[in-house]
Amino acid sequence: MLGRTAASLFWMSRYMERAENIARLTEVGYRSAFMFYCDGGHREDWRSILVAAGCLDAFEAKKRPATPEAIRAFLLLDRDHPSSVRSCVEIARNNARSVRTALTSEMWEALNSTWNELSDLQPERIGPARLPEFLDWVRQRSAMFRGATIGTLLRTEGFHFSQIGAFLERADNTARILKMKYAVLLPGTGSSDRNAYQWETILRSVSAHRSYRHFFQESYQPNNIAEFLILRQEMPRSLRYCTDQVQASLASLLELTERGQVSLALAGARYGKLTQLRVDALLRDGLGAFLDQFIIDSAEMADAVADEFHFV
Amino acid sequence: MLKKQAYVAGGSPEAYDEMLQADGTPRPQYAELTQWLEGQTREGFRHKQQEADAIFRRSGITFAVYGDAAASERLIPFDLIPRILAASEWRFLQRGIEQRVRALNTFLYDIYHRQEIVRAGRIPAEMVTGNSAFLPEMMGFDPPRNVYAHIIGTDIVRTGAGGFFVLEDNLRTPSGVSYMLENREAMMRLFPELFAAHRVAQIEQYPELLRQTLESVAPAQCDGDPTIAVLTPGMFNSAYFEHAFLADQMGVELVMGSDLIVEDGALFMRTIRGREQVHVLYRRIDDDFIDPLNFRADSLLGVPGLFDLYRAGKVTLVNAPGTGIADDKAIYAYVPEIIEFYTGEKPILNNVPTFRCAVDDECTHVLDNLQDLVVKEVHGSGGYGMLIGPHASKTQRREFATRIQANPGNYIAQPTLSLSTCPSFESNGIGPRHVDLRPFVLIGDQIRITPGGLTRVALKKGSLVVNSSQGGGTKDTWVLED
Repeated sequence: MLGRTAASLFWMSRYMERAENIARLTEVGYRSAFMFYCDGGHREDWRSILVAAGCLDAFEAKKRPATPEAIRAFLLLDRDHPSSVRSCVEIARNNARSVRTALTSEMWEALNSTWNELSDLQPERIGPARLPEFLDWVRQRSAMFRGATIGTLLRTEGFHFSQIGAFLERADNTARILKMKYAVLLPGTGSSDRNAYQWETILRSVSAHRSYRHFFQESYQPNNIAEFLILRQEMPRSLRYCTDQVQASLASLLELTERGQVSLALAGARYGKLTQLRVDALLRDGLGAFLDQFIIDSAEMADAVADEFHFV
Repeated sequence: MLKKQAYVAGGSPEAYDEMLQADGTPRPQYAELTQWLEGQTREGFRHKQQEADAIFRRSGITFAVYGDAAASERLIPFDLIPRILAASEWRFLQRGIEQRVRALNTFLYDIYHRQEIVRAGRIPAEMVTGNSAFLPEMMGFDPPRNVYAHIIGTDIVRTGAGGFFVLEDNLRTPSGVSYMLENREAMMRLFPELFAAHRVAQIEQYPELLRQTLESVAPAQCDGDPTIAVLTPGMFNSAYFEHAFLADQMGVELVMGSDLIVEDGALFMRTIRGREQVHVLYRRIDDDFIDPLNFRADSLLGVPGLFDLYRAGKVTLVNAPGTGIADDKAIYAYVPEIIEFYTGEKPILNNVPTFRCAVDDECTHVLDNLQDLVVKEVHGSGGYGMLIGPHASKTQRREFATRIQANPGNYIAQPTLSLSTCPSFESNGIGPRHVDLRPFVLIGDQIRITPGGLTRVALKKGSLVVNSSQGGGTKDTWVLED
């Protein structure tokens, strides 16, 4: 397999995952608008969403008033913003198209039809009334693409590059959401309604507000939330679960290609650490610093994969 | 029922109809199809047409249209009614094509070596060495098996009974073979009953034969199994789908220039395992762009140093650089002489009579008869820089005459041909539409011609333009076996 093909599969899946995550983040902002519309709290929420999506600077460079409409249009449809949902789908599709024969037709169709429908969508079409419908649609399309990948792609090198891209992105996203809100998880921040709402927001943004209740059988507790999203193997968007998936794909690649030792060692070390960590210690010793380091390490891991498998 | 909309043969009185004879009865190879057509309904056809579109859309079989961002990927219209050639017709075409491609490859070897044909005075020296498609860098080089053009798409039209004419030889990077294959796939899914009622020669083996052909011309220095790759300019090229399709069907890598590197006297592609040597490169980019060190320095599509490796026999380029000299429009007029010179035989397939404006007498004839002729630029392609005399205004003809007089060597002229017609699906039922034919030829350790080819059809009533950019579509093409 060409290095370029591997890179395209990695980025294709990574950008589809990102499109879904941006939609989730936007939903968080949308919901908060109902809660704090009068006291200006929603403005801070939208701002923190831009931070979590890693694009506050890009938005501010546009010198537009930070209205919910402007931020939504920026996050969802802005063609100049490389991490808008529209751009993510476009980049994913371009990567797919350049390695068309490495995909199954189901994967291609899922991606191509999403791109087709997005390409003539105007911002007016996703006003407040239509927004939830649109965000659902993005999530469904992402799920369809993921389903096509898992259900139809041969379990050879290409599948593993696609998996690594998707799970590195998902872990990164979960870490960024936690980073945005981690202050409310720290001990001693009280349990006001406002905090309970913030906790729910975190869980909602990773579609875990119901699974939390099934899993813990109790009301929201900050240490449970941190444990759920960081350390639980059962939670498919947790840092541990994502790291495990990256590790598994790297192990398969090592077997198939006898390459990727450095990347696998990085993933293995990270996974080992996540299995040993206790949530109390994590909250006590600095959740913020841990998340910062996690995001930096993720970038390093992506570089190691690109390097060892000759992405360029 | 379609029967009520009886099919009337021919778009014009002089056009040969592929299905019906002059008395209105079907030609033998169309006997079953005619009956079957009578049993079809318009509704049924419309339904099948939608099904066909869905099949093509799913397979991603599109062509890019330059300068049209919105519709940058389109489907080529597909016509449901197959074009059928009798076994005897095909045998004739096959012999003619084989003779022609053999002679053209020998011609290429000759003009890049001793140029006997020029010495013999059969072709003027300036037609060869003064031609911009002539590549002096190829002089004295022996490609593997002395084959220059490995993949050829010969454009053929029919104007009367048995009256096949070769329009163009296409020895550079002919495209369209993916449509031939996909059309057959679609037809077998849409109308399995037709394949049960006819003995249609198979074409599915083409990718395998292409692979064998490419392997057979691996450099002599390659011991063991040669590695093949298809070189594409990238996904914005109009034929990108075909490049990807062929690589996929052969099970080889589809590479871009940036995936390739010349190192340690060999060509490598960058894979996830490191570098892997490539022995045969089926390149789908033009000569000018293959190597910025040897040809166009601003090309980003090729590989620096590729041509030097080729000349050193370390990698085989398919087709060889410099084949354009043999399908040049000015050389075209000499093909009958080329065939006679190298084979000692009369040409089996007709050439369209071609007047070379470079020759004084012929130029005078062209200027006197512009209203009946098609005038083409020698190096033009795709219908650009062309005058269709019968359709042009007096002013247009006058202007064109001035251009010819200013630079006669740049023009050739041919009579307007009345292409044969074939029944095609239209909104009211079926009607005659003009068609051409491009069979695909592979030349390596042997000559392999896939039975059939791509039939292009001018879907606009009365139109003679079969190009997909101008309202043309395609048909499945059947060769019946005895």
